[in-house]
Amino acid sequence: MLWYLGRRLLQVIPVFLGATLLLYALVFLRPGDPVNALGGERGLPEAVQDEIRARYNLDQPFLVQYLLFLRGVFTLDFGVDFRGREILDVMAGAFPVTFQLALMALAIEAIFGVGFGLVAGMRKGGWFDGSVLVMSLFVIAVPTFVIGFVAQLGLGVRLGWFPVTAGRDPDFYSLLMPAIVLGAVSFAYVLRLTRTSVAENLSADYVRTARAKGLQRSQVTGRHVLRNSLIPVVTFLGADLGNLMAGAIVTEGIFNINGVGGTLYDAIVRGENVTVVSLTTVLVLVYIAANLLVDLLYAALDPRIRYA
Amino acid sequence: MTPRGRPAGFGAFVAASALLLSACGGGGGGDTDTGDTDGATDGGATTGIVSVNSTEPQNPLTPGMTNEVGGGLAVKNIFAGLVYYDADGAVHNEMAESIESEDNQTWTIKIQDGWTFSDGTPVTAQSYVDAWKYTSLLSNGQNQQYFFHDFAGWSEEEDSEISVEVVDDLTFTAELAFPSADFVLSLGYTAFMPMPEVFFENPDIYADAPVGNGPYVVESWEHENVISLRPNPDYPGPREPQNGGIDLVVYTDEDTAYNDLLGGNLDIITNVPASAFQTFEDELGDRAVNQPSALIQVINVGEWLEEFQGEAGLLRRQAISHAIDREQVTETVFAGTRTPATDFTSPVVDGWSEDIPGSEVLQYDAEQAKSLWDEAESMDPLGGDYTLQIASNADSDHQPWIDAVCNNVRSVLEIGCEFYPYPTFDEFLDARDKGEVPGIFRGGWQADWPAMSNFLGPIYGTGAGSNDAQYSNPDFDAKITEAGAAESVEESTTLYKEAQEILFQDLPGIPLWYQNATAGYADTIGDVQFGWDSDPILHEVTKAE
Repeated sequence: MLWYLGRRLLQVIPVFLGATLLLYALVFLRPGDPVNALGGERGLPEAVQDEIRARYNLDQPFLVQYLLFLRGVFTLDFGVDFRGREILDVMAGAFPVTFQLALMALAIEAIFGVGFGLVAGMRKGGWFDGSVLVMSLFVIAVPTFVIGFVAQLGLGVRLGWFPVTAGRDPDFYSLLMPAIVLGAVSFAYVLRLTRTSVAENLSADYVRTARAKGLQRSQVTGRHVLRNSLIPVVTFLGADLGNLMAGAIVTEGIFNINGVGGTLYDAIVRGENVTVVSLTTVLVLVYIAANLLVDLLYAALDPRIRYA
Repeated sequence: MTPRGRPAGFGAFVAASALLLSACGGGGGGDTDTGDTDGATDGGATTGIVSVNSTEPQNPLTPGMTNEVGGGLAVKNIFAGLVYYDADGAVHNEMAESIESEDNQTWTIKIQDGWTFSDGTPVTAQSYVDAWKYTSLLSNGQNQQYFFHDFAGWSEEEDSEISVEVVDDLTFTAELAFPSADFVLSLGYTAFMPMPEVFFENPDIYADAPVGNGPYVVESWEHENVISLRPNPDYPGPREPQNGGIDLVVYTDEDTAYNDLLGGNLDIITNVPASAFQTFEDELGDRAVNQPSALIQVINVGEWLEEFQGEAGLLRRQAISHAIDREQVTETVFAGTRTPATDFTSPVVDGWSEDIPGSEVLQYDAEQAKSLWDEAESMDPLGGDYTLQIASNADSDHQPWIDAVCNNVRSVLEIGCEFYPYPTFDEFLDARDKGEVPGIFRGGWQADWPAMSNFLGPIYGTGAGSNDAQYSNPDFDAKITEAGAAESVEESTTLYKEAQEILFQDLPGIPLWYQNATAGYADTIGDVQFGWDSDPILHEVTKAE
């Protein structure tokens, strides 16, 4: 087990280097000249542009810039952005709230998705199953920003049940509506995944055996059906944590949450390569960590899976 | 705009997320409540904190760096310059005692005694001279160095000190490269505000805790969140705050800000999102603001486009101008939040006019357009399958109006017409500066100070910084120079109008419409006015606790 864990952690190194190199190349190849755009419609004289380029090492060749970035990563000194702010501060300001939002969304989609999916799968073809299927189809079909604006206008502005925006120091309550909106689409997928998986396992041999042994219905459902059905769901949820963090741009915009999405968008538009790559690198690391966690969870869910 | 609503409203200048600051104004007030315009009355002071939507500043909050709307609103409230503008764009002394010149070229400026920066150090002539010299030096890489190009001594090639000299503690002189009748008018712009010694020792503090001399001080700055401004107790000037403070709340999406206004969480929205153009005047009633601003949108015709050169080229430019139904486009695409253009400036500046000789070319006239185009075809045929391209950056809301203009062109001139998009603003800027844009292209100009001159020389003067079409006409240049040296404002206005006649003859750009300031506010506040520059006059706003 430990050996497996160590090996997996070592794999993080090439993934990290490859991902950052690729990201850096992508932002480097982005056309246009962000320095000239700093002057707005007027642009800036060449001499001023050269000065600014030198200040941010933008006059260096690609590989040198990339190596300087790596040095920044290992010394935890990412430098400053065009606004003169420490990039580390920018990241420290953006990640906590996004992480909280993503975890809330993940919890909502896991609890309600698995719960509804289990009931629907157990009573496949019933009225509950039918209505849940239609609802999930609807949620998948409607884009997130529509759900977001409708929820904001309806539940926030008109009814006043939730804060319209998350505000400057978002607490659990003010993040609740954004989290529901953010988790809505994944909730529908989790529900459908669980439902199919449960329905399939219900007719498996070991379930029939468990029933024949005379186990209580709740034990059959909980220990045998649900546990085995969760493997595909957990795989999905693990990958989804990264998606929720990176994909919160739209939701964060609608509810004015100052997280990773808005910061990343700004940095891309301004052409601040170091900020873009730094933020994205953290997202890559979250992906890697979540996947590792999922792989370890497999062993807990399915006794047949063992890591040596 | 985009998920990030920012750029949306500001067509012209704005682009990616670089909404540049500037503006212009004149007949402002509009339908807003008229408050105490001099702001100096002590009677009506209230203590509530007014919240205003904003964007995260893109630069440290210094006069030399800040050139976009989000930072601009903060800078103009935490700094005080020599003069300030009232809602109508009229200039009043703020720190200045007097600003005088014999020849409009060498200026002697005296400032009032008793002003201090928020760190307690005095504001002296040296504070101005150091700030201006610092911003103008190329090696300091300041975004706002542009505003010192007209000073004697400035060089585009290398660092070279501008001629600004301290005479005594409260007096300094500035020498311009050529006479400018409205130099005083320009001095209210934020680029000309003074800086304290601490800036030159440690400029980094301006990314977090700026030190200024304005009506407000920065109490706290939570990045990407809110800038809290509180009244500066030591401010001795005419812009005395009538409220308990200002919170500039950062929004990444204008739709969200608008919903917050409706939901009662925000007091002022400075820019109504495009999605609410149709409804905001109904929803806000007399708290909706829709008044002309100092922003004009044009279509520029680059000198590098061969089909638009010579006699046939002029006929084609006139044909396109006649083919555009400005009334219809401003109504259908912009729901009346744009005003069809009648000149090259803006209704908010003195001297704006609807009847400059030659301005008939801006009238929609399908028959005339078609016959002009046909005449050009007979001289220099392009063929029936010619396709006109109108270029712009695609990261801001420009496609709808370009599509509408193209519809006009297609149906009136019977040629092809299409939108030529650049994915980002800086790519567009790059192609434009290199003269590589393959078609006519979007242009926009927001004035930096409320003067006609600001709409003409900087854009159409030979070799001028924002002469994107690379237009050059010595007659026009001569008129502009003559107007700058004019003895009286009336005389210079007449000359600027004559300069516009030349522009109408040459048509280097096709004026489209003036952008309106569209804004709104909550019923919890009073005395709200929007200035000539489309920004709310924040120090006058009153709000009960």
